[in-house]
Amino acid sequence: MRMKRTIPVLIALFFAFGQGLPAQQDWIRTGTNLGVERVRLAVADFKPAGTDPKTAEFLKVFNDTLASDLDNAGIFDIVSKSFQPLNVPGTPQEMKLEAWGNPPANAAMVAFGNFGVAGSDVAMQGWLYDVKNPASPQVLGKQYRDPASAQNARTQAHRFANEIIFRLGGGIPGIAESKIFFVSDRTGHKEIWEMDYDGANQRGLTNLDTISLSPKASPDNTRVVFSAFARHGLELHMYSRELERLVSFPRYGGTNVSPAWSPDGSKIAFSSSMKGDSDIYVSDASGANPRRLTTSKGPDVSPVWNPKTGEQIAFVSGRSGLPQIYVMATDGTNAQRITDTGYAVSPAWSPNGQFLLFSWMRKYGPGAPGAQDIYIMDIASRQWVQLTHDAGRNDFPSWSPDGRHVIFQSTRSGQDEIWTMLADGTRQRPLTTAGKNTQPNWSLK
Amino acid sequence: MWVAVLATLALTGCGKKTTKVTPPPPPPPPPAPTASLSANPDAVQAGQSTQLTWRTENANDVTLEGIGKVDANGSRTVTPNSSTTYRVVAKGPGGTQEATARVTVAAAPPPVAATASEEQLFAQNVKDVFFEYDSFDLRPDAQQQIAANADFLKQHPNLRFNVEGHCDERGSTEYNLALGDSRAAAVKEALVRGGVPANNIGTSSAGKEKPFCNESNEQCWQQNRRGHFVVQR
Repeated sequence: MRMKRTIPVLIALFFAFGQGLPAQQDWIRTGTNLGVERVRLAVADFKPAGTDPKTAEFLKVFNDTLASDLDNAGIFDIVSKSFQPLNVPGTPQEMKLEAWGNPPANAAMVAFGNFGVAGSDVAMQGWLYDVKNPASPQVLGKQYRDPASAQNARTQAHRFANEIIFRLGGGIPGIAESKIFFVSDRTGHKEIWEMDYDGANQRGLTNLDTISLSPKASPDNTRVVFSAFARHGLELHMYSRELERLVSFPRYGGTNVSPAWSPDGSKIAFSSSMKGDSDIYVSDASGANPRRLTTSKGPDVSPVWNPKTGEQIAFVSGRSGLPQIYVMATDGTNAQRITDTGYAVSPAWSPNGQFLLFSWMRKYGPGAPGAQDIYIMDIASRQWVQLTHDAGRNDFPSWSPDGRHVIFQSTRSGQDEIWTMLADGTRQRPLTTAGKNTQPNWSLK
Repeated sequence: MWVAVLATLALTGCGKKTTKVTPPPPPPPPPAPTASLSANPDAVQAGQSTQLTWRTENANDVTLEGIGKVDANGSRTVTPNSSTTYRVVAKGPGGTQEATARVTVAAAPPPVAATASEEQLFAQNVKDVFFEYDSFDLRPDAQQQIAANADFLKQHPNLRFNVEGHCDERGSTEYNLALGDSRAAAVKEALVRGGVPANNIGTSSAGKEKPFCNESNEQCWQQNRRGHFVVQR
């Protein structure tokens, strides 16, 4: 009798505390390509090649970048440097596989190589070895040679990291060379800025001295569309990364905000009040032929295409009161509300079309606690999981092109900054610290 | 029973009384009416108004020339285009009495000054309206203010202006831009319903990008949830 009573309680406790959270998040890790099992990878410091005195400086950049990229990837269980064998190989001849496969390293894979300044170039040779396959261990072998600069040392590390991630991460290209576009007020005005995916190389693109908002990179990463205050209101603007300047784009009148690219780059969806009420429109990428998709009274804003099918648009509408997330067909039909309560904004559709990220104040109203967090929802089942907790206001999530990472803005450090995390909510860290930085958008390339 | 008897007695007694009718005294002559009229101020510029005030006694027919029949005592605002002598005529059984007041009208000031003063009047008369959180509905105080604004704006059909929708810091950037737009649109719609020409009204949204107040408390947030009227030059 006693046993019968205890066992269900134990099972309930097991699911509540032991199993509950990981089980809940398995569908996220599977759906976002993070995988449930992580490959145990050792990243050996590359050995200096040659005797050029500039080697040491660039080698440090290379090694730091490579280790950071592979650690950031989210699909590896990285072997701590203190567990690595003392003799680090610079070439296959120097590699002793058993030393890496045995405890305490227990590596399944090892990345190693050499790097140095040769003449006016930086040159690197890198390998990836499968420790469990001593008969034919080489998985990858790469050589790069570029003009000597710290930036090229970084770029070589990014390229090699991308190769390893592509090979071990299910054939999905790495993101180490992707860019993030965002809004920064560090010059005194909100301007459009760009940085590497890891926060390096931050630089301003616009100098409009007004208020610029909501940058979105085209799928081929050649243009950035954004919204900025013009003389009579907010209008869309188009920046060419190739020409490094604004190119012409029509003025519609009214309030024009929150642009988004169709996955093939041929169209732009945005919110406009050009005909009086705030509605979702779709135009050609040139801005020609704007067509209205919604007709409901009140705000309709923040459209985003399903990047997988290109046949649905998620957006935010105040048609039923507080803003909620809706999904409709790209011709404006069949709008369905998918959030049930609170204040839900800033949808971001995952690259595989399976998930929506959004920012949610589940309890919203006068006197309600102001927690605003990032949530992930499986669109088919409508089940959702909260990704940020108890840390400031979190808004404007954006997916990495591999679907494994999420960037967002958060006030948790005292003011709005851009943060990055894995798509299961783990490993949250800031990418910006100067000024207020908001509305990050991760390029698809 | 007793009541009926008493009533019968009383009625019988009354019926037996006889009354003697005395002729009425001759009526006194009716008093002559009096009238006074004043204008304050009695000198204005073209387009400005002045107030006429009149008092009469012993009159049953009081007429303000050019306006018509009026009460025995009253006041009225008039906007004469040129210097005018106003006349009030009080007629009664005792005769007729007139009173006059002259309002001198100076020539209109040059047009540039007129525009400047219209803008000043706009600033004095047209007030911003405020919203509940996350709402673009016009609450009663906003409806009253818009009605007052519309009264002024209808009298100044040359004024073109913009209604800017603003939001507090708590909402999300993009949604607030759209919400500010809906607030401005709601204000415009109510103004047009109140008779203000739609072509005179522009709308725009500032979202939460141009706050009036930067503190994080309800008093400040309320200041930032507004439809802001800006005259266009």
